[in-house]
Amino acid sequence: MTLVDKTARRHRWDTRFAPYGYVAPYFLIFGVFGLFPLLYTVWVSMQHRNLLDSGGAYLVWFRNYQQLLFADPYFWNAMGNTLSLWLLTTVPQILFALFVAQLLNRRVRTRTLFRMGVILPNITSVAAVTIIFAQLFGRDFGLINWVLDLFGAGHIDWQAGTASSHIAIAVMVVWRWTGYHALIFLASMQAIPGSLYEAATLDGASGWQQFWRITVPLLRPQIIFSTIIATTGNMRLLAEPLLFNPGAAAATGGSDRQFQTAALYLYEQGFSNYDFGYSSAIAVVLAIATIIVAGLGYLVTKRIQTE
Amino acid sequence: MTAVLDRPVPVRPTGPAVRARRLARRVAGPWTYAALIAVLAGSAFPVYWSFVVSSQTPDAIDSVPPVLVPGGHLFENIARVFDTTDFALALMNSIIVSGTVTVSVVFFSTLAGFAFAKMKFRGRNVLLLLIIGTQAIPTELGIIPLYMMMSDFGWAGQIHAVIVPGLVTAFGVFFMRQYFERAIPDELLEAGRMDGCHSLRLFWHVALPAARPAAAVLGLFTFMQAWNDFFWPLVVLVPENPTVQTALSTLASGYTTDYTLVLTAATIGTVPVLAVFLLFGRQIVGGIMSGAVKG
Repeated sequence: MTLVDKTARRHRWDTRFAPYGYVAPYFLIFGVFGLFPLLYTVWVSMQHRNLLDSGGAYLVWFRNYQQLLFADPYFWNAMGNTLSLWLLTTVPQILFALFVAQLLNRRVRTRTLFRMGVILPNITSVAAVTIIFAQLFGRDFGLINWVLDLFGAGHIDWQAGTASSHIAIAVMVVWRWTGYHALIFLASMQAIPGSLYEAATLDGASGWQQFWRITVPLLRPQIIFSTIIATTGNMRLLAEPLLFNPGAAAATGGSDRQFQTAALYLYEQGFSNYDFGYSSAIAVVLAIATIIVAGLGYLVTKRIQTE
Repeated sequence: MTAVLDRPVPVRPTGPAVRARRLARRVAGPWTYAALIAVLAGSAFPVYWSFVVSSQTPDAIDSVPPVLVPGGHLFENIARVFDTTDFALALMNSIIVSGTVTVSVVFFSTLAGFAFAKMKFRGRNVLLLLIIGTQAIPTELGIIPLYMMMSDFGWAGQIHAVIVPGLVTAFGVFFMRQYFERAIPDELLEAGRMDGCHSLRLFWHVALPAARPAAAVLGLFTFMQAWNDFFWPLVVLVPENPTVQTALSTLASGYTTDYTLVLTAATIGTVPVLAVFLLFGRQIVGGIMSGAVKG
């Protein structure tokens, strides 16, 4: 065997098999700890599996789903809260982000400072921020009620009502994510050729008209993208409702479950009641609901038209 | 995702186009500055206020009108947090978890991203599609089986249960792949191969040095995300062995009614990400604007 042969063989081995070695760590770890649990959820959701039962797990097929969809008012309450919070968080988030991006797109001094400023909420921890907001929204000594008082509005017990608690939680989510989407929009705004605006100005279009007729339609791909990302995040809110009312009964999301989301209900069934089968069924239904709502968001944002 | 990553790169206009651009991107007037300053204040306020409360005596949180300037009791309160709770352990655990996860995600993503971008192998496109597809699925949906696995392994309550599932991310692989596509010319690698370089040597001596800017951005995002991660640590860890986030949750959940203590802990827990943010804010902003999407 000549030296050339040996090198050629090694080279062939290298180009043919080495790539699998490079991607293997990812697929091994993801397969075991990501994909497998995801698929296994479907199997567990068809079992009676409660840690508090000594009887062990057995197959019940669709009985968990039957119970969940047709005989569980708590689940539908949680789904209703999830959809309400989705609407209250996603729409303002996208609109405010467009507005902030428009501001940042002007030629401003110290632009890095402002850009960092809008993204600051996004890097803070959701646990810390929810705890802080829960204090700001406090009934007796909360800063927000104090400000409202200055304008003559009465003291609001934010956690007590359905609408008020949803608004408070929506404020936390919108605060956290607006800047992130604004930066995505800003990046695309800067790629819009100035000649388009120049022509529109010559045609006598106002700034407001230019924004809605040029900027927004040209940002359509980013708006679709942001809506879907925001939807997948906002359909599984858990930390905010859990820590808005921390305490022994935190997993119920308020005394009357007025702000219990589906993700929080999943958590309650899984890790307060240890009903793993039922909790998995909630996970599957929530996943399907998220896909449907994201599809809905896609259909709505797709309709944004260029003139 | 592809929509953002494939966004056309802005071309710097010259000649008459510059004038047009100047017309279009109007110089900010006083109203714009006022609005931007309001946005900035709103962004910073909750964290600032938490810091203010942390530096006051416990009765300040209930005072009317609210206290809005820092006081002189910060170190006293910090000492109280470390005296009355095991926050030192929480910080230590969070540092170990975030550090390990960051190093691992950056390394494995760079390795796999290099293979996906610069090597040809059967099944490459299918595997890449799988990675893109799994990014869209929230892995939290598998939380029950994952918990069952960790119990079976005897890992529940220990920090490897948090570390191991976080060692790789689909986003990281995809992000590095996109970077390598553009950053390293194929000719360079081809020349290396002609000289008889093994692909691992090409990776080590050519790809890894070239990947540094992207790897840094990925590292920043991964660190902050790992530090702030809440749901999975809450499920799998026990209050006696927490991360910062689960310790905050326990602290707020009736361990104490002293909210100055809770907010001081929240402030301490925010300092590491805030430090990273202040040091590397420009890179983080650049990363998000160039499509480094986390989520």
